Amino acid sequence: METITNFLEMGGYAVYVWPSYLITAVVLIGALVSSIRFLKRNAETLKALQEEDKGEA
Amino acid sequence: MLHRFANPARFMRLSGVLLPWMAGAAIILVAAGLYMGLFVAPADFQQGESVRIMYVHVPNAWMALFSYTAMAVASAVALIWKHPLADLAAKSSAPIGACFTFLALLTGSLWGKPMWGAFWVWDARLTSMLVLFFLYLGYLALYNAFDDPTRGARAAAILALVGFVNVPIIKFSVDWWNTLHQPASVIKMGGPSIDSTMLWPLLLMAIGFNFLYFWVLLLRMRGEIHANKIRMIRLRQVHG
Repeated sequence: METITNFLEMGGYAVYVWPSYLITAVVLIGALVSSIRFLKRNAETLKALQEEDKGEA
Repeated sequence: MLHRFANPARFMRLSGVLLPWMAGAAIILVAAGLYMGLFVAPADFQQGESVRIMYVHVPNAWMALFSYTAMAVASAVALIWKHPLADLAAKSSAPIGACFTFLALLTGSLWGKPMWGAFWVWDARLTSMLVLFFLYLGYLALYNAFDDPTRGARAAAILALVGFVNVPIIKFSVDWWNTLHQPASVIKMGGPSIDSTMLWPLLLMAIGFNFLYFWVLLLRMRGEIHANKIRMIRLRQVHG
């Protein structure tokens, strides 16, 4: 238990170390998720339009 | 050679094969880098545990420069050879590059406070990095500022090329000016000057971030190819 507390304290630098890791994780995962959504949304729109196109032809 | 990959259909096939490998490599390398950086690497004899910020700060900063360089090269290819995928690569590089730059600035500020006593100083390295962030934002704003997407692409590509002058300025700022920021300790003449117990987690994180960059890049380029097709179908519907 004490070693975990020690680890989390980061030698007194916890308020600088942990936010650095946390914000990096949040921003990079956010960039990844938004890119996946961007691709998915466009793929779905394209599919719908192509089917619409076929229906008209 | 170049035009073999210029074909969007071929790009879709190839990127579809590459994507899971990029994802897997990014996850495994970052996980290993995190483990080594947080649990295996020692504390610094001067900076104590705060040195662990390096394992996110430095890879973010390297990738900020890497993404911009990729964006500038792709912009040059797009301007000179009118290569359709190059334009999409440049456009797709910008958002993730802006994220890396923002994170390099933010984690640097969180490291600067305990080490230098200030979150921010107007020193050459920090200021040129802030300029890089504005270049990314300017690129994205300019790209989307025109009704005609090809004009926006052209204007943004020119900005990316002109702004590239900032990349060597950032790299050598610590040698050219007196700065608080420490000089290069990994990529320099005579090899790295940091201990291998710190170098390994740093390299694992950096290579992991590199794979993450290509993962996001391919996802966005695929999305942009769909977006182009959507635009063409809609134009045909309006004019047809």
